[in-house]
Amino acid sequence: EQVRYLQANSRELNSTFGYPNNTIKTSRYSVFNFLPLNLFEQFQRLANAYFLILLFLQLIPQISPLAWYTTVIPLMVVLSITAVKDAIDDVKRHQNDNHVNNRSVLVVMNGRIKEDKWMNIQVGDIIKLKNNQPVTADVLLLSSSEPYGLTYIETAELDGETNLKVKQSISVTSNLEDNLGLLSAFDGKVRCESPNNKLDKFTGILTFKGKNYTLDHDKLLLRGCIIRNTDWCYGLVIYTGPDTKLMQNCEKSTFKRTHMDHLLNVLVLWIFLFLGGMCFILAIGHGIWENKKGYYFQDFLPWEEYVSSSVVSAILTFWSYFIILNTMVPISLYVSVEIIRLGNSCYINWDRKMYYAPKNTPAQARTTTLNEELGQVKYVFSDKTGTLTQNIMIFNKCSINGTIYGRGYDKNGQRVEVSEETEKVDFSYNKLADPKFSFYDNTLVEAMKKGDHWVHLFFLSLSLCHTVMSEEKVEGKLVYQAQSPDEGALVTAARNFGFVFRSRTSETIMVVEMGETKVYQLLAILDFSNVRKRMSVIVRTPEDRVMLFCKGADTILCQLLHPSCRSLRDVTMDHLDDFAFEGLRTLMVAYREVDNAFYQAWSKKHSEACLSLENREDKMSDVYEEMEKDLMLLGATAIEDKLQDGVPETITILNKAKIKIWVLTGDKQETAVNIAYACNIFEEEMDGIFIVEGKNDETVRQELRLARNKMKPESLLESDPVNTYLNTKPQMPFRIPEEVPNGKYGLIINGYSLAYALEGNLELELLRTVCMCKGVICCRMTPLQKAQVVELVKRYKKVVTLAIGDGANDVSMIKAAHIGVGITGQEGMQAMLNSDYAISQFRYLQRLLLVHGRWSYNRMCKFLSYFFYKNFAFTLMHFWYAFFSGFSAQTVYDTWFITFYNLVYTSLPVLSLSLFDQDVNETWSLRFPELYDPGQHNLYFNKKEFVKCLVRGIYSSFVLFFIPMRTIHNSVHSDGKEISDYQSFSLVVQYCT
Amino acid sequence: HQPDNTAFTQQRLPAWQPLLSASIALPLFFCAGLAFIGLGLGLFYSSNGIKELEYDYTGNPGTGNCSACALADQDRAPPLRCSCAWYFSLRELFPGPVYLYYELTNFYQNNRRYSVSRDDTQLSGLPSALRHPANECAPYQRRASGLPIAPCGAIANSLFNDSFSLWHQRQPGGPYVEVPLDRTGIAWWTDCHVKFRNPPLVNGSLALAFQGTAPPPNWPRPVYELSPDPNNTGFINQDFVVWMRTAALPTFRKLYARIRQGNYSTGLPRGAYLVNITYNYPVRAFGGHKLIVFSNISWMGGKNPFLGIAYLVVGSLCILMGFVMLVVYIRYQDQNDEDEDAE
Repeated sequence: EQVRYLQANSRELNSTFGYPNNTIKTSRYSVFNFLPLNLFEQFQRLANAYFLILLFLQLIPQISPLAWYTTVIPLMVVLSITAVKDAIDDVKRHQNDNHVNNRSVLVVMNGRIKEDKWMNIQVGDIIKLKNNQPVTADVLLLSSSEPYGLTYIETAELDGETNLKVKQSISVTSNLEDNLGLLSAFDGKVRCESPNNKLDKFTGILTFKGKNYTLDHDKLLLRGCIIRNTDWCYGLVIYTGPDTKLMQNCEKSTFKRTHMDHLLNVLVLWIFLFLGGMCFILAIGHGIWENKKGYYFQDFLPWEEYVSSSVVSAILTFWSYFIILNTMVPISLYVSVEIIRLGNSCYINWDRKMYYAPKNTPAQARTTTLNEELGQVKYVFSDKTGTLTQNIMIFNKCSINGTIYGRGYDKNGQRVEVSEETEKVDFSYNKLADPKFSFYDNTLVEAMKKGDHWVHLFFLSLSLCHTVMSEEKVEGKLVYQAQSPDEGALVTAARNFGFVFRSRTSETIMVVEMGETKVYQLLAILDFSNVRKRMSVIVRTPEDRVMLFCKGADTILCQLLHPSCRSLRDVTMDHLDDFAFEGLRTLMVAYREVDNAFYQAWSKKHSEACLSLENREDKMSDVYEEMEKDLMLLGATAIEDKLQDGVPETITILNKAKIKIWVLTGDKQETAVNIAYACNIFEEEMDGIFIVEGKNDETVRQELRLARNKMKPESLLESDPVNTYLNTKPQMPFRIPEEVPNGKYGLIINGYSLAYALEGNLELELLRTVCMCKGVICCRMTPLQKAQVVELVKRYKKVVTLAIGDGANDVSMIKAAHIGVGITGQEGMQAMLNSDYAISQFRYLQRLLLVHGRWSYNRMCKFLSYFFYKNFAFTLMHFWYAFFSGFSAQTVYDTWFITFYNLVYTSLPVLSLSLFDQDVNETWSLRFPELYDPGQHNLYFNKKEFVKCLVRGIYSSFVLFFIPMRTIHNSVHSDGKEISDYQSFSLVVQYCT
Repeated sequence: HQPDNTAFTQQRLPAWQPLLSASIALPLFFCAGLAFIGLGLGLFYSSNGIKELEYDYTGNPGTGNCSACALADQDRAPPLRCSCAWYFSLRELFPGPVYLYYELTNFYQNNRRYSVSRDDTQLSGLPSALRHPANECAPYQRRASGLPIAPCGAIANSLFNDSFSLWHQRQPGGPYVEVPLDRTGIAWWTDCHVKFRNPPLVNGSLALAFQGTAPPPNWPRPVYELSPDPNNTGFINQDFVVWMRTAALPTFRKLYARIRQGNYSTGLPRGAYLVNITYNYPVRAFGGHKLIVFSNISWMGGKNPFLGIAYLVVGSLCILMGFVMLVVYIRYQDQNDEDEDAE
């Protein structure tokens, strides 16, 4: 399906395309296929499959020394725990599906409104939605109760953003209103793209009465949204059930596995080999024994008929021992690991010290499989806005026509630092002002009151050029719904200074200018995008002038300015540098008066571009560029984004724990560097800070080499071990060892240079240089580059990486890193929904890593050491006993004891150790971050530790076997009855174990 | 929804973490060491106080008069009754109560295939199992004639069938008087009262109860004729029960009789003795040995110096380590003091 065709109110036609109905199915099993399917899935795990094979081996009576239940019972328990968990999850999904599918919705049918279930909705139906109802399917908005077919929706379920968004129908359909006759006669044909998962993209064409109308995502109500502030609306169903964008986004996320999992797999393989080796030794021993002794012992114990020689017997014994020694690879290992991780995740959820009261959000472990990696993190990749900072934007300063406003002055006119005592500007002249807004520079208000033309124009542009929605539930109390907090701050500022944005429709904007209400006709909105980095509006003023207002990033905007404002531009750029130095976020504001004729011509091109189905976006941006040129500079705004509480302290502590923190941000360099200083990523006493800003391969390489030359000159020599290592051209998954520089350095690289540095052979150069620095700032980054940087470190360094961020632009990096941490903040829930751990403040990161992470890691390591040790000690007894029982695969223990050893007898100590153990309490782990170090090098459980466990297990089993053996040898009870029989012996040994 | 503030959820459960400082660890080591040494000495001396007298009557060539029987045993078709004797004399009283054991070496009762070759339900007297022995008993499950074997299995088939009698010569040159051997009470109480039961009598006769079964091939007589005593025959015959409790190690002793009657309740008085051995059981084929052992016991059971020695070794190690740590502690404590002084 390349393109989707459908016709409204024509079920016959639409059914020929075979679109699915609106049933959704998120469940995985049905009653009938649950058992086979679930078992099939479970046996795909290596360990489970191994035990199944073992079970089959045990069913062969010739080789089975153990009763079949020794494997079946643990296997059943393990399988049923998982199966029950899966079943409960699936029942919940079934209930949910049923509930959703059986919700009722109003459908327009033959001129009447009929109630039907959600699942019966078909593509091409026209449905009626009421206020506060969830949207049934992806529908094209036809008409609504609001003027111009406006409909307000909340998209919390889709992207987590709680602000209202507005959708608008095309005028030809909004004329249908709620006329049922017209609606059921509506036979528009829609040609649109096939289902996809892009929430903010939709292109299509509506053909109605021989005319074509373009459709974009502004006209589409997505399933999962909720209708707000709109009494009713009608929509044409475009995508149903599994085709809806909501369901298309419900793909399985990639499954992250920890280093420990990989290590475990390797160790299990080692154990297999060890097991095979032991079985081989014992089988040979058996062969020799049968040859030397068993053959002559046949008077009392004849060989089985199928055993023709001692060799055959030895082969059978090999498998018998394979079964007996299977407890070396404990079946409960994986289950126990899961339980421990689950428990430690619960601790994270329960921790009151990571609970953020103002927003009523506790920390949340969204995955339960990564806990111990939290104790091994070496690199933290952090977003800046909303992560290090609060993302609460405050309009702080502005530069209008070459004058800076917003610095604090005392009564004598001297400049002072703004503090709590500084007198705030009195906005009482403006009834519509936001009381929470504060500003400290009276000169701006005076200029405003004087009627300064530029100041007025500046604030007019701020009050017009945005996509903010206003709500006025009580007369005079405006509430703004802004998609980005920057915009909200700017519009609020304009409101307080007297240019109150009051309300908007799709074609007008109402502004109260110094108490005087004016209506501007909205001609076009030239959207913001990450590439364009600017947005514009074209309005027709009440004086019938066509004006374009534009705001955007300074780097982009200053190239579009009219040559006549060059001198103003230079002054403003100086101001912008000042602002950035103070860590403020800056935007440039400009305007253009457009000739009416030019606008008409442009408008035509614009609508043509709108109508095109292919490459619409490219065409649109071409058209936009035609309009956005020769702009007249108005000024610049500076918005303050305050640091979150405790960020510098947290970073200092994490640095002490030898965790390297890199800031990856889309902001400009000066802002990023400032924040870096403010939160201790860069320190004043650093030995040097390198800036990489080359515009081509060669300069970037030179800059990187120069930096490395200063940090560690010998690393450029041929004889350097890393160089020699790299020259040998190692096989692909190779690791670059840690290199130690001769001091503390910082490095700043911008996205432009990074694009070169990430290419080809420069990436190793980049990595080696960057990893030697104490703090790294990457600015002007695109979301993709953020992920690339994380991938780079992941690929060549044997370390655990953690990415933390709050916005949709951090999602790629959060998914790429070993651990993704989402901050539930201002910028919606995208990051949180894709994260493994969600916290609400950056400062909780120290607790997450240094306390929970460290404990989880320590516990997991202790658990694994103990678990392997106890199983070795347990199992190897059989090995020793073989030497005294003719290598006959005789077990030392009772079969029931073997069955329940891991499941019952030793599960409690193991679990309590791994859920309650605290080597040092939380106060000490936060006071001495150095304690985090062993985790980063994985010192507590690695192959060496495993071998130690093995040796300890061998030693213990040796002692545990031979002391009881010698003790019981020929020993008698005090009534003279001998107690050296097999049963007593196995009992004694069991107790010892 | 703020998380609950409980000691469990906030990971504040009370815990006790011992701080092993020198002042705790050192006394602990010395105390443990001393306790172990004391226990070890007690065990060692009481084990040493136990007298044992053993004689290998396997009859390997040139080792006493059982050799003839052993040789005759080489080509054994039907077991012939061969007797031999062991003469010994006691210079002093062998304090009682005295126990008579037989010991077999190199006999793998713990071999897996051997030790599973039995049917516990049959031995518990269940009539249905009596005639349908478990498959584990193969190849001693059924006779070639198809008759089920009772008791089935390799263990029962290999029942030890040498017998001993003890004779005492009170005066030199005097007549040998038989010493009464108590052959009852040699098996575990639970074994011959719970685990092993005879099948219900048929018309008051045990023989009828076993009708339709055959004895194991090596047995010269059926199981219900193991002893004339009706309380000691069939599956609950004590020799049989003792044998059926398989040994854990290839060298093992089994109790044959207790000597506790008449003049011999306090022990074996000085004098010359003779053990008359009915030699039936073949062990030379697989290099095994048969021994006869007289032993008395103490509060800690039979003679076994190992445990005492083990305690002594561990105790001494504790004390040794204690001293080493004490030396280290004193040296480094001085150093610490100096460091503090230096500061």
